[in-house]
Amino acid sequence: MSTTRRRASAPRRPAILTLVMGFCALLLSSGLSIAAEIAPTKFVTANGITVLVLEQHFLPIVEIHTLIKTGSAQDPPDKAGLANLVASLLDEGTTTRTSKQQAEQIDFVGGALEAKASEDFTTASARVLKKDIDLGFILLADMLQRPAFHKQEFERIRTQLLGEMASDNDDPGHIAMRAFNQLVFHGHSYRWPVNGMEDTLNKITLTDVQAFYGREYSPSQVVLAIVGDVTLEQATALVQTHFGAWKKGTAPARSTKKPSPVERKTVQLIEKDLTQSTIVLGHGGLPRAHPDFYSVTVMNYILGAGGFSSRLMDSIRDKQGLAYGIMSHFDARLMPGSFWVNLQTKTETTNQAITGVLSEIKSIRDAPVSDQELAEAKSFLIGSFPLRFDSTAKLGHVLAQVEFYGLGFEYFSDYPKWIDRVTKEDVQRVAKQYLDPKRYALVVVGNVAKAKVKH
Amino acid sequence: MTWLYPRHIMQLSWLIAASSLVFAFSSPAVATEPREFILSNGMKVLLVEVPKAPVATVQVWYKVGSRNEVMGRAGLSHMLEHMMFKGTAKYPKGTFSRLIRKNGGMDNAFTSQDFTAYFENLAADRVELALELEADRMQGLVLDMSELTTEREVVKEERRLRSEDDPQGALVETLFAQVYLSHPYHWPVIGWFSDLDAMTLDDLQRHYDTYYSPNNATLVVVGDIKADSLLPTIKQLFEPIPRGPEPKPIATMEPEQKGERRFLLKRDAQVPFVMLGYRVPNFTSEDSYALDILDTILSHGKSSRLYQSLVYEQKSSLAVGAEYSLLQTDPGLFYFYALVSPGQKPEVVEEALQREIKRLQTDPPTELELQRAKNQVEASHVFEQDSNFRRAMLLGQAESVGAGWQKIDQFVERILAVSTKDIQRVARQYLTEDNRTVGTLIPVPPKQPESPSTAAQQGRP
Repeated sequence: MSTTRRRASAPRRPAILTLVMGFCALLLSSGLSIAAEIAPTKFVTANGITVLVLEQHFLPIVEIHTLIKTGSAQDPPDKAGLANLVASLLDEGTTTRTSKQQAEQIDFVGGALEAKASEDFTTASARVLKKDIDLGFILLADMLQRPAFHKQEFERIRTQLLGEMASDNDDPGHIAMRAFNQLVFHGHSYRWPVNGMEDTLNKITLTDVQAFYGREYSPSQVVLAIVGDVTLEQATALVQTHFGAWKKGTAPARSTKKPSPVERKTVQLIEKDLTQSTIVLGHGGLPRAHPDFYSVTVMNYILGAGGFSSRLMDSIRDKQGLAYGIMSHFDARLMPGSFWVNLQTKTETTNQAITGVLSEIKSIRDAPVSDQELAEAKSFLIGSFPLRFDSTAKLGHVLAQVEFYGLGFEYFSDYPKWIDRVTKEDVQRVAKQYLDPKRYALVVVGNVAKAKVKH
Repeated sequence: MTWLYPRHIMQLSWLIAASSLVFAFSSPAVATEPREFILSNGMKVLLVEVPKAPVATVQVWYKVGSRNEVMGRAGLSHMLEHMMFKGTAKYPKGTFSRLIRKNGGMDNAFTSQDFTAYFENLAADRVELALELEADRMQGLVLDMSELTTEREVVKEERRLRSEDDPQGALVETLFAQVYLSHPYHWPVIGWFSDLDAMTLDDLQRHYDTYYSPNNATLVVVGDIKADSLLPTIKQLFEPIPRGPEPKPIATMEPEQKGERRFLLKRDAQVPFVMLGYRVPNFTSEDSYALDILDTILSHGKSSRLYQSLVYEQKSSLAVGAEYSLLQTDPGLFYFYALVSPGQKPEVVEEALQREIKRLQTDPPTELELQRAKNQVEASHVFEQDSNFRRAMLLGQAESVGAGWQKIDQFVERILAVSTKDIQRVARQYLTEDNRTVGTLIPVPPKQPESPSTAAQQGRP
């Protein structure tokens, strides 16, 4: 196992295995019955932590997962990467443990301790065997309440992050996505990568880190999900013991500024000596809490998220042989997120692939999907819903996010209903409303001189 | 959230790589013993009842991978895996995955040096559908020229993605080619471009006829099933398939390495990447357990020796690790890798890696380190039971490489018996200079584009 945890793209292992076209090879389940069984207990502590407890007694393991309501969206514009740097320093020493002691303690019991920022929120979690639950709470509570932010660790982690940023430039997908976000989220805090940019990371001082932590990390900003072989009583007591003394803070102010839409076609070509063009094409999307989310999910499944059954896969891969992987995404966030299609194709077929993508976007707007497409999309989405919480770790994540986005815990029982009520007319309406084959951002990374991009 | 390489591809590769590290799961918790059956045509069936959720995974494993290929046809097994989705007389092209998806399931496949496996993850009450489809394509595949022509291009795109345009992927590929001179582990699972171009329908048909028979396959089902009631269905679906000829064993042996091999790969890249590979035994040797725990001590977790030394103290590497899988059909590779920090020298990083290896050879690890590694192995073995898929994979892999699934049950027990002296001994025996191959990726400036005019245009309407 790799011993780096911050890299999004850890070095690959040898290509011992090669997939046809991977889809999450995770345990999948079907049937609404188990979906409905997910009913966590929720309570708020005196100092303001929202606690969610879900007992799962199949295995002697416990996931202790916190979501802190702050992320890179709260980075000052000239200091992008601050939220991520703060999160990265949580397990690099506290006032009671050095970085190495934290690592030694969690490794000794074969557990995992992680902290990570994203755009809308930050997560910090401990995964341990049941017998080590006290240690899990101790280490997690310590890193959230007493991070030391030692000067030398700050400098070391920043240098490490800068190095990873350089190395990420070997990944054309990373380069393309970074450019795409800057075009689509122009003028909005979503535009920078979570880990920042070289110049913004270099501007961050230790004082910035301490101030950000002081402002953003307080009990009322925390959702704490505890899932696994633990009882409600035990979990409640552990929360009180380890988080009860955390001083209540005030919720920081939040900007409600939405990203502005892409107003015209914008193309960015990035030269890199490669045999494939990496293509990202898309525009703005919708917020997670929007009522159209479920119709969009069905539409997007048919367009390009439905694996081998999707229109993009059928056209670009199966019929034309232009790509190994192609997919469309709606990344719905607190604020409207984005929509994009991404693929890689050899330099010579760059234009053909882009034309193919645009044509599929156009056709799902212009004509209703077939009854069969609609029925199959729904039966997959409903039948595979429990895939999203088939392990304790995933349940911890999902519970905290359902709380964060305000979806309500009826989400687990009602999701099938919300999908099932989507009609053909809904699909076409949201295709017209949320897809735009004229005003979009297009990024191509590769041998662009040879590709002669015409779009 | 914003991955461009389809995230799922990497997830599964990771999962597979990781599974070979820690592959035990005979925990006291919920583990039920696999039940083994041999059908009349020689197919092995392993069924595991896990009643914790109404789901299951169905996996069919064939003992064929890139090790069963010949020079000039590298990538044939993987190409055949792609073609296995192109339909049969009964279920024409596109039907397979559509039926599985319609039923709320997901299907896919993977190919390695040693095996090819197909799987469906779905609701337990749909297991029969997956079995029916897998039984059908075990013998009924229709190979079509126009489908091959298109799919060849897809596989070439996959090769570009994994090797041509990925500096680290390219280094890994070269490392194996340098380590194995005569054994088929020499070539990559994905194959070479020229071999992919040369492949014919006849090649695929012969490979299919040779290896896709019940007596060369293992069916694994793990989930909310009842073995007693599922077995008759399995017999009914698979027993009509006739036994095939026994595939000839692969006789090629890799001769002993006599002296260090070194190579450089110079290409456009941001930072250097260093790999050290050592040829080591597989599961057939008792030493494999000590090698496995040695791997854990060196590379698992932030408190491991390699991370503490290269990343934390010396700051010479952005990432560092080691990898060893004892579940290989033929003796494999124990390799180390380090992603060099910007401004640092790959020679210095290589030296630091070798210093850590030397340290283990000079002084055995401490009892505390050994205990930590054993705890890590035991804990992961409990965490792994969270997934039926992972469990089925381990059974399928152990069976397909010839170790036998029972080997998995003995794993933790054997690991716990390893002593600090054993670790020192295997480090001295296998991690030697003469048995070493060192590969270094040296970044060079990118080639200039053929026409300089179009680079990086911004905001063009």
